[in-house]
Amino acid sequence: MKQDFKILGTRPIRPDGLDKVTGKAMFGSDKSVTGMLHARILRSPHAHAEIVSIDTSKAEALAGVKAVITGDDFADVENRWARYTMQNCMAQGRALYDGHAVAAVAAISKTVAAEALKLIEVEYKILPHVTDVDEAMAPGAPVLHEGVKARKLGDDVSGNTVGYYSFGHGDIEAGFANAELVIDRTFKTAAVHQGYIEPHGCLADLGGDGRGELWCSTQGHYMVREVCSEILGIDSSQLRVTASEIGGGFGGKTTVFIEPVALKLSQKAGKPVKLVMSREEVFRASGPTMSASMDIKIGMTKAGKITGAHAKLRYQGGAFPYQMVMMGAMSAFAAYDLEHVQAEGWDVMTNRPKMISYRAPGAPMAVYAVESVMDELCQKLELDPIDTRLMNAAREGTKSSYGPTFKAIGLVEALEAAKAHPHYSAPLAPNTGRGVSCGFWFNFGGQVSVSMAINADGTVNLIEGNPDIGGSRASISMMAAEALGIEYDRIRTIVGDTASVGFSDVTDGSRVTFAVGIATINAANAAIKEMCKRAAKIWEIDAEAVEWVDGAAQPSGHNAGNFPPMSLAEIAATSGKTGGPIAGHHEGAPDKAGVSFGVHMVDVEVDPETGFTSIKRYTAFQDVGKAIHPAYVEGQIQGGAVQGIGWALNEEYIYGEDGLLQNPGFLDYRIPVASDLPMIDAVIIEVPNPGHPYGVRGCGETAIVPPLAAVSNGVAQAIGVRMFELPMSPPKILKAL
Amino acid sequence: MSKIHITTQVNGDAVEFLCEPDETLLDVLRDRLNLTGAKEGCGTGDCGACSVTLNGRLVASCLVLGAEVAGSEIETVEGVGTADALHPVQQHLLDHAALQCGICTPGIIVAAKALLLQNPNPSEEEVRYWLAGNLCRCTGYDKIIRAVLSAAAEMRGENA
Repeated sequence: MKQDFKILGTRPIRPDGLDKVTGKAMFGSDKSVTGMLHARILRSPHAHAEIVSIDTSKAEALAGVKAVITGDDFADVENRWARYTMQNCMAQGRALYDGHAVAAVAAISKTVAAEALKLIEVEYKILPHVTDVDEAMAPGAPVLHEGVKARKLGDDVSGNTVGYYSFGHGDIEAGFANAELVIDRTFKTAAVHQGYIEPHGCLADLGGDGRGELWCSTQGHYMVREVCSEILGIDSSQLRVTASEIGGGFGGKTTVFIEPVALKLSQKAGKPVKLVMSREEVFRASGPTMSASMDIKIGMTKAGKITGAHAKLRYQGGAFPYQMVMMGAMSAFAAYDLEHVQAEGWDVMTNRPKMISYRAPGAPMAVYAVESVMDELCQKLELDPIDTRLMNAAREGTKSSYGPTFKAIGLVEALEAAKAHPHYSAPLAPNTGRGVSCGFWFNFGGQVSVSMAINADGTVNLIEGNPDIGGSRASISMMAAEALGIEYDRIRTIVGDTASVGFSDVTDGSRVTFAVGIATINAANAAIKEMCKRAAKIWEIDAEAVEWVDGAAQPSGHNAGNFPPMSLAEIAATSGKTGGPIAGHHEGAPDKAGVSFGVHMVDVEVDPETGFTSIKRYTAFQDVGKAIHPAYVEGQIQGGAVQGIGWALNEEYIYGEDGLLQNPGFLDYRIPVASDLPMIDAVIIEVPNPGHPYGVRGCGETAIVPPLAAVSNGVAQAIGVRMFELPMSPPKILKAL
Repeated sequence: MSKIHITTQVNGDAVEFLCEPDETLLDVLRDRLNLTGAKEGCGTGDCGACSVTLNGRLVASCLVLGAEVAGSEIETVEGVGTADALHPVQQHLLDHAALQCGICTPGIIVAAKALLLQNPNPSEEEVRYWLAGNLCRCTGYDKIIRAVLSAAAEMRGENA
């Protein structure tokens, strides 16, 4: 594995930076075209209702209205997952949650579109609803969809229970029998929203000939193409999707909510259609993450060795079948080397918006519950929380709780760094507590395509297929520069549209820098091979006798010939005469992403009079394999930590008895603001991933996993009472006091 | 509803436009003047992505009506600096890698510039409270705060 780097580890300015500080960068709702219509969506005001009838005639008759659609405009699709996506974008027969789309309008202006919505008459028949996971799972609960209950489950759970998973090994009862202290607790966490500041927005143009153009804010424009072409019944080659700059996603833009609607309206109206969600729509009808109800039982010896561990995770994921509790069950105990362990999970449907991934989906809540019990065990047994975690920590060769045996991982290094950090030994003020938690995420590889052209002036164009959500064009340019041996600013990396480069999986799973990085290095190596060939041709020696050193071809030894090195720019300048343009490309599906562990430490102060918790100091340690652009790695760690702080203290989807969402706006759904926080100290640990030529691991998601328990454990120490529910909002803390 | 005719000044240029009586300044800037630097994150004044200055005062342009701005001086992110002459806040945000997705960045820039005009030497706490109305979901604010503080220092002639 390469160890000495010229470019990796430096902090150059990102290529899209200038456009983003001058207002020039084009996001989802920033594009307009001549003759464009504006669309709006009518949404259900009920938690669960049969759509008896929809009369759109008055809306259609309004001057300026060019198209009105309902669920009847969408033909059935064979693939059931695509059908769920389609029916989430536009209800068919039943409205399944407050905010579910029931009709849409395209008109000559936003004003006319809004007027038209008021003229659509929907007759609803209210049906019983359920929004709580435990209630939805209980026999007798209103069932969202018949016939989708997980096969292996009995009558003790309702038909809403669409998934069941179990991971682990050993004999947990034998494990608990060996324990000197067993703690068994039940936890609840609220559903939270990804909270990206840019609402979903798109511009669709689908002609009668089935040819379409779609501009949208998404984490994966190939995914958008596949899903939309299936729903619309057109060839994927005919729908060209361009990813706009994306104003945050965090998993929330890994599916479609509005794009099929905009395309259908465009098809019907014969004109381009712009559709942008309001913030209220984002909360009511785009996917938050799951809420959870969890039982965690862990047994420990007095010395701190875990003897057995058992998790039961019940997640609700909204109004359609989904599969995500699996990730929680796999993550729950991943940090520990355990002989007897089992983690079970149930996916449950409710009358809430269809869930979608949120940064390390499924892991934060499971790990919160496990790390809370770990903290309580340490507290009761008077053990040091870091030493105890070190004693049980997973390391290279550990058979993980979810199956695979870990290769080189950095949990021990992160724990040791945390223990040695001045933060851990700093004195604590009154009403203040210090919490610690581990966290884990798998990371992912997946399908990737990169195309690289060496230009005659010695510069390089690189096209990749993954939307850049946090600086990946910088890290990809850096890896290309490192591999080619040229300067960073000689490379221009762009995110191509779906017609310009091969298929690429969604920007998720912390995969882009890892997978696109591998493809970039391989594409560079292909170009280097060709450049060596060209040099050999000029020198009239064997291509095998040429090697690439520091951005130039040179004879591989004295026997090969005596020629001065020929730089990339020199070879490129004559490429027209030595065989034509030089390019490199790579298509693949790298799968050795390398898991990532983090350890977070936080000091919290709780005001005993108001119950308000403030974050006084925060330090996050994370193994990232190799930090390509350390500033953006720190940014990922800091951003993830703060999202986790929001989850722990403020954020929640609040539903009333009527099943309606009570806080669909940033005023009442409060994400952390600058004045809530101190600086977030990010400590980068580098244990190289053997699955990447530069040792890179994904780094984007792990940091949201530890904060929930770290904050909760800090609160437990500060107030002397342990909380078992998130968020720990002031009223809940006051009640506990 | 007939439209209202407005003459005003945006980023130093005289502009005129017709707008609906209920149309926001943000919609006017984005839809009628093609200045899409100000973003709509919420439309309710909670997120700060649409921040502009109106006669020198920092406002959420989604809470101002287009019809209200006749005869005013408006500055948007497009007027703060150019590629050749970035404002120190813009340059330090870049240098500190203080943007990830960049959607909140225009609002942060307009707000931070307004802060430094009235308080050239803010404390960390003052920057944090001033920017409390500008939501950022990516960064955890750490690098943004550092960038604003170091831009302020440069503007004061320190550590330039």
